[in-house]
Amino acid sequence: MSAVVDEHDHHADDHHDHGPAKGLLRWITTTNHKDIGTLYLLFALTMFFVGGAMAMVIRAELFEPGLQFVDPAFFNSMTTMHALVMVFGAVMPAFVGLANWQIPLMIGAADMALPRMNNMSFWMLVAGVLLLASTLFMEGGAPNGGWTLYPPLVLQPITVGKALPFAIFSVHLLGISSIMGAINIIATIFNMRAPSMKMMDMPLFVWTWLITAFLLIAVMPVFAGAVTMLLTDKFFHTSFFNAAGGGDPVLYEHIFWFFGHPEVYIMILPTFGVASTIIPVFARKPLFGYASMVWATASIAFLSFIVWAHHMFTVGMPIAGELYFMYATMIIAVPTGVKVFNWTATMWKGAMTFETPMLFSIAFVVLFTMGGFTGLMMSIAPSDFQYHDTYFIVAHFHYTLVPASVFILMAAGYFWLPKWTGHMYNEKIGQLHFWLSVISVNILFFPQHFLGLAGMPRRIPDYAVQFADWNMISSIGGFIFGASQLLFLYIVIDTIRGGTGEKVTDEVWEDASKHGLEWTLPSPVPYHTWTTPPTSVPTEHVLDLH
Amino acid sequence: MNNAKQLFAGLILMALGLGTAQADYTLNLMKGVTKVSNDIYDLHMLILWICVVIGVGVFGAMFYSIYHHRKSKGHEAAQFHENTTVEIIWTVIPTLILVAMAIPATKTMLELNDVEKSDMTIQVTGRQWYWDYKYLDNDIHFESHLDEGSERVHRTVGADPRSVPHYLLNVDKPLVIPVKKKVRFVLTSTDVIHSWWVPDLGWKKDANPGFINEAWTSVDKAGTYRGQCTELCGRDHGFMPIVVIALEQPEYDAWVKKTLEQQKQKPDLSDQSREQLMAHGESVYLKNCVGCHQINGAGVPGLIPALTGSAIATGKWESLDGFLRAGTAKMPSFSKLDGKEYAELMTYVRNNLGNKVGDVLQPKQTALPDDDD
Repeated sequence: MSAVVDEHDHHADDHHDHGPAKGLLRWITTTNHKDIGTLYLLFALTMFFVGGAMAMVIRAELFEPGLQFVDPAFFNSMTTMHALVMVFGAVMPAFVGLANWQIPLMIGAADMALPRMNNMSFWMLVAGVLLLASTLFMEGGAPNGGWTLYPPLVLQPITVGKALPFAIFSVHLLGISSIMGAINIIATIFNMRAPSMKMMDMPLFVWTWLITAFLLIAVMPVFAGAVTMLLTDKFFHTSFFNAAGGGDPVLYEHIFWFFGHPEVYIMILPTFGVASTIIPVFARKPLFGYASMVWATASIAFLSFIVWAHHMFTVGMPIAGELYFMYATMIIAVPTGVKVFNWTATMWKGAMTFETPMLFSIAFVVLFTMGGFTGLMMSIAPSDFQYHDTYFIVAHFHYTLVPASVFILMAAGYFWLPKWTGHMYNEKIGQLHFWLSVISVNILFFPQHFLGLAGMPRRIPDYAVQFADWNMISSIGGFIFGASQLLFLYIVIDTIRGGTGEKVTDEVWEDASKHGLEWTLPSPVPYHTWTTPPTSVPTEHVLDLH
Repeated sequence: MNNAKQLFAGLILMALGLGTAQADYTLNLMKGVTKVSNDIYDLHMLILWICVVIGVGVFGAMFYSIYHHRKSKGHEAAQFHENTTVEIIWTVIPTLILVAMAIPATKTMLELNDVEKSDMTIQVTGRQWYWDYKYLDNDIHFESHLDEGSERVHRTVGADPRSVPHYLLNVDKPLVIPVKKKVRFVLTSTDVIHSWWVPDLGWKKDANPGFINEAWTSVDKAGTYRGQCTELCGRDHGFMPIVVIALEQPEYDAWVKKTLEQQKQKPDLSDQSREQLMAHGESVYLKNCVGCHQINGAGVPGLIPALTGSAIATGKWESLDGFLRAGTAKMPSFSKLDGKEYAELMTYVRNNLGNKVGDVLQPKQTALPDDDD
C-alpha cells in the first residue's frame, strides 16, 4: 500500500506547478474550490447590486407620498424581485462562495469532496437567477405577489402574467443548486478534514456551515414541493390551495414558512460563523465559549423547524397553536443571547485593534442584536397582532439581514481578500466604506420601526401623509447606503489588481496563524493547497504550532 | 463608538415617542381605544424596556471593552476562553425573563381570542380592492371603497396628496359600530387573502378566501378610527383603507334606522342628461372598474384588457350589459350594480376613456325587473 501512496504523492508533485487553465474556459470548466468560490462571490456581488438597484426604485417611489415613478404592479414586482434576488442571488451564494474558499483551507483539505458537482451547482445557480431575471421582460411583468408567492394572489391571471411558471422553474433550479452545494459541504467536512482534526476542533465557520447545510437539505425540497403545488393548481386543475376545490390557501403559508423560517437561519448561521472567526483575531484572544457556540448554533437550527407559524399569528390559528408558536419562538432568544454574550466576552479584556473587518464585525454584533430585540418583541403573539405586516417587521428583518449578514460578508471580504489575492486593500477607503455604511444603514432602517408602529403597512407603493417624514429620511439613508457600496466594489477590484502594493505576510493579521489553518499557508494562497494534510491543527481554542 | 451613539440616539427618540403616545400617529405604538389594545400596548412597553435594559447592559460592556481593552492603549490580551458560571447565568436569566413575559402575553392572547358572548356580529369580506360589510343582526349591507378624492390623487402623477383630507385613509362609507358593545367580526374573502387592521382596535386578522376567521372588539370611546389592508392583495393593496366610526348607542341606533331606510329605497330610474350620466358614471367607474382597467381605460398590457377601443365596450350596449352582469373567469360579475348605475357606467365607458360611441343610455333602458336593490 505504501508504494501506491508514494507513487501518488510523486505524481502530485509532478503537477505541482500546474496553475489554472488559461482563458475563459478556466472559469466555465473549473473544478477548483478557489475558482468556484471566486465565481460564487463575484456572482453574489453582482446580484447584490442588481437587488440593490431594485431597492433604490422602491425607496425612490416611497420618497414622497403620491405615485411618482412606477405603477403599483411594477412596485410589487420590485419588492418581490428585490427579495428573491437578494436571498437566492446575493446572500446565499455569497456564503456558499465563502464556504468554497474557506472550508477546505480551514480543515486542511485539498479541495471540496465533489468538485464536478461543485461546478454544476454554481452554473445551475446562474441559470436559475437568469431565468428569474428574464421574467422582468415578460408580458405582464415579473412576479409581483411578494417573495412568499402566496396563493391565490400569485395564481391570479390579473396579477401575474406569463412569469409564474418561469419563476417556479427558477426556484427549482436554485433549490437543486443549493442542495448540491450543501451535500458537497457536508461530504467535505465529514470526509476531508485533516486526520488529526476532531469535530470539536473545527473552526466555528465550518461548524455553522455544516449545520446550515443540513438545514438546506431539509427545507429546499419543501419549498420546491410548495411551488410545484402552485404550478399544478395553476395549470393542471389541482386544488391544493383553492378552497372551492377543497383546498386551503393557509396550507401554502404553513408549507412555505416551514421552509421559510429555516431559510432565514440559513442566511444568518454562517454569519455567526464568520463573526466568531474574525472577532478573536482582532481581540487577540481565543473565542469565548467555543462549545456553547456550537451547541447554541445547533439549538437555533433545531428550533428553526418548530417555530414557523410565528410568521402567521394573524392568519387565524387555534389558540393552542398561537400559544405554542409564541412559546417556541421566545425560546430562540436564549441560544441567540448566548452567542451575543460570547462575542462580547471574546472582546472583553482583549487587546483590540479596529481594522475594517473588525469594525464591520462589531457593527454586526450590535445591529444584529437590535434585530434580535425586535424579533423578541414580535414573538409576543398578541403584540404581533399590531406589528405583523407593517414596516416594523420590515425594519426587523432588514436589521438581521443588512447590518448583520451583509455587513459580515463585507467583513469577510476585507478579512480574507488579502489572503486570497496576496494584496492589501486600502484601509482608509475601507474605513470610509464602513462609516458611511453603518451610519446610512441606520438612517435607512431605524425610522422604519417608527413607521410600522405608527401604522404603515408593508408592501404599499403610496402612503398617508403622516408617514411622509420618516419615509423621506429612510429613503435618503437608502440612497447613501446604496452609493456607499460602490466603494466596496472599488476596493474589491483595486485589491485584486494590486491594492496598496504592500506585500502581505502569510498570516496577514497579527498572530492570525494562531487562530486558523488558512493563515499558515502562503499569501496569495497557491492554486493547490493541502495536497498533503497539515499535521498540526488548531484545538477548539487556539492553534498551537509549537 | 458611533454605533453606540446611533443606538442611544435611537433609543432616546423611541423614549421621546412614549410621552406623546396619545396622539394619532407617533413614533411609538398607539394605545388604542379598547382594553385589549391597551393590554397589547402594555406588553409592548414591557418587552421594549426589557430590551432596552439588556441592550444597555450588553452594549455598555462591549463599548467599555472597546474603549479600555484596546491594543493602542497597551492592553494585554487575557487568554481565558470559558467560564461555566457566567455561561449558566446568562442562559438561566434570559430564560426566567422569558417565562415572566410569557405569563401576561398568554393572558392577553386568551383575551384577544375570546369571541364568546358578543352583542352583535359583522361580516367583513375582503375584495379586490375594497371591504364589504354585512351586519348579520339587521341586514345592513354595504361596500366601503377608498374615497374619490384619494382615488383621483393617487392615480394622477404629480397630484398633491396633501390636497385631500386623510389621503388614502378615507372611505366613502365607513363601518359604524356602537361603543361599549362587544362586536364580533367574522372575516372572509372572495378572491385573495386580505387582512383587516385598525391599529386603535389592537389587532389585525386575515381574511382568507373560502374560510372564516373570528375576532372581536369593544370600543371604549366614540370616535373615528382608521386602518388599512395589511396582506399584499395585488396592485391596489395600498388603496383599500378601513374607517370605523364608533358612536354612542342612541346615535348608533339612529344610524341603523336611517341606513335601513336608505337600503329599502328603490333606485331613481328617471332620465338624466348626458352630462349627469357621464359624471355619475365616472363615480361608478372609479369605484368598481379603475383598479383593473385604470383611470384612462388602458388596462395593463399582458394582464388586463383595455377598454379604449374594446369591441365589447363599444359594441352593442346589450352585449356589454350582459357581459358585465355575467362576469368572466378573470372579471367578477357586476350584477350588484342597479339599473341606474348600469346606465351611468355604460354611458361613461362608451363615451370616455378614448371611446366615442355617441349613445346615451337611460336607467329605464338598462334596468332589469330584479335590479331594485
